Amino acid sequence: MLSWLFSVATFAGIYALLALGINVIWGMGGMINLGMAGFFALGAYASALATGAGALPIPIGLALAAVLAALAGGLLCRLTLRLRGDYLAIVTLGFSELIRLIAANEIWMTNGSDGISGIPGPWRAELSPFQFNMLSCALVTLAVLIVWAMTERLRRSPWGRALRAIRDDDTAAAVAGKPITRFKVQAFALGAAILGLAGAFYAHYTSYIAPDIFRPLITIYIFLALTAGGTGNSTGAVVGAIAVVAVLEGSRFLEGWVSVLGGVEKAALREIVIGVALIAIMQLRPRGLLPETPPGPFLKRKDT
Amino acid sequence: MLDLLPQFLVNGIITGALLAVPAIGFTAIFAVLRFPNFAVASHATVGAFAGFVANVTFGLPAIPSLMFAFLIAGLVGLVSDEIALKPLRRYGALTTAIASIALTIVLENVVRFFFGNDLRGYDLPLVRDIRFGDIRVNPQQLENMALAVVIMIAVFAALKFTRMGKAMRAVADNPGLADLKGIDAVMVGRVVAFVGMGLVGVGGMLFGLGTSIDPLTGFRFILPIFAAAVVGGLGSIPGAVLGAMVVGIGEEMSALVLEPAYKSAVGFFAIVLVLTFRPRGLLGERAY
Repeated sequence: MLSWLFSVATFAGIYALLALGINVIWGMGGMINLGMAGFFALGAYASALATGAGALPIPIGLALAAVLAALAGGLLCRLTLRLRGDYLAIVTLGFSELIRLIAANEIWMTNGSDGISGIPGPWRAELSPFQFNMLSCALVTLAVLIVWAMTERLRRSPWGRALRAIRDDDTAAAVAGKPITRFKVQAFALGAAILGLAGAFYAHYTSYIAPDIFRPLITIYIFLALTAGGTGNSTGAVVGAIAVVAVLEGSRFLEGWVSVLGGVEKAALREIVIGVALIAIMQLRPRGLLPETPPGPFLKRKDT
Repeated sequence: MLDLLPQFLVNGIITGALLAVPAIGFTAIFAVLRFPNFAVASHATVGAFAGFVANVTFGLPAIPSLMFAFLIAGLVGLVSDEIALKPLRRYGALTTAIASIALTIVLENVVRFFFGNDLRGYDLPLVRDIRFGDIRVNPQQLENMALAVVIMIAVFAALKFTRMGKAMRAVADNPGLADLKGIDAVMVGRVVAFVGMGLVGVGGMLFGLGTSIDPLTGFRFILPIFAAAVVGGLGSIPGAVLGAMVVGIGEEMSALVLEPAYKSAVGFFAIVLVLTFRPRGLLGERAY
């Protein structure tokens, strides 16, 4: 039971990382990224291949995942910079489908739709499954804390202020002399790096990845987390992600009650609930449960 | 390989004609309601399954089944838009777009709940390919293409000659001015949600006639549908037809240089290419 809780907490941490990444791009930068699943997949495959076939140590795999996702994100953002938001939505969604297509078809590299199994995890062989879950939970929690502190710090920095100004009115920000292109590309790349990192954590924790894991459904989970928690707000992103995982995992207990249904029906019902929940929250609480508040300094200074 | 070129061209034109039907639906919804409605994926699936029920369960032939697909997908489109998406439109196009992905997941899983994940095929008579010299065409494909062309002509005639068609163009062009003229934009929006998603449903079934269908049928076609709409100019109905032809022919021609599995990637590259050089698409964003 405790082992299961650690496992749920690890997934919550990975979702929190995804929500933090999307929060940088969408919440702080105001750029839509419906291709989240693509960057998540990119990080997962990069790290899995580097540490599996490439036999590199896991920390290098993590770094590689973040760097690769950042490069892809920066490039995609640069290509689509002049586009209106609705075009960006289409291009990013197309990007994630493209990544999935490549993962499913470049069998020599990714093993196609069968996926890659046996991805190394830190000391997986030496530890019992219980200890491994505990260690993963600790490592992911640490990563969430670091990324949370970093994005909170950034949000309050001059960089974050400028980014918010660009999000709310990019013409005014440009008139004020802010290099809009650079800010947007940086924000997109940074957010994508966090998404890639989350993908690497996912791959090393579960030891198995396949193209079907990276369906647009996961993007909806994260937008649900972000909307529930409050867009533009790092704490809200983490709280929202934990809430979404709690609902997802909690619904497994309810499955006992509807035992007449088969596995496919149960899975379908769960996804219906998630979709309806997102639409309902968007309609009832459009600013989220924890709305964005204009930030003060990260650490309150004493009067000098 | 090059001697296959005429065959690829014919296949491309057929694919393009089929693609044009859902692309018109997607772009018309964008023109009037001003957001990219990603729920086209699930509505294509809903249409395909509605047609399946009409064709296999009720034993109807292809054309009445297509009408049934249009009706059911259109009704689902109208009702789901009223309940789920319309209240969100005032928060902006992107919020609505995100909600439309959630909607697509809900509807896709409603289909999965009732029909399961199995592949299903329509009940159609098997017919031999017709040969024109070296080119082979299946009569079913020809019939589908003819249907697609008839549907397109009907859409263009409705836009040009009917009161509702003119009202739709007016709202798409300039909502403020249309309102001054007393055009009820809410009503126009409802008609567009119904007809647009109905066309998407027909498109889903037309694609399904050639292969088989499952709850993910719609998702497989979203890239080419988006590509057709964006290449032609988002919100432009003649653009959607032109874009569909470009994407359809491009997809089939890509067999010359790419593996067949990458066919649907052509749509993505077409989007990036066109947006880089002509950000408003080939025909611009005028509705008609």
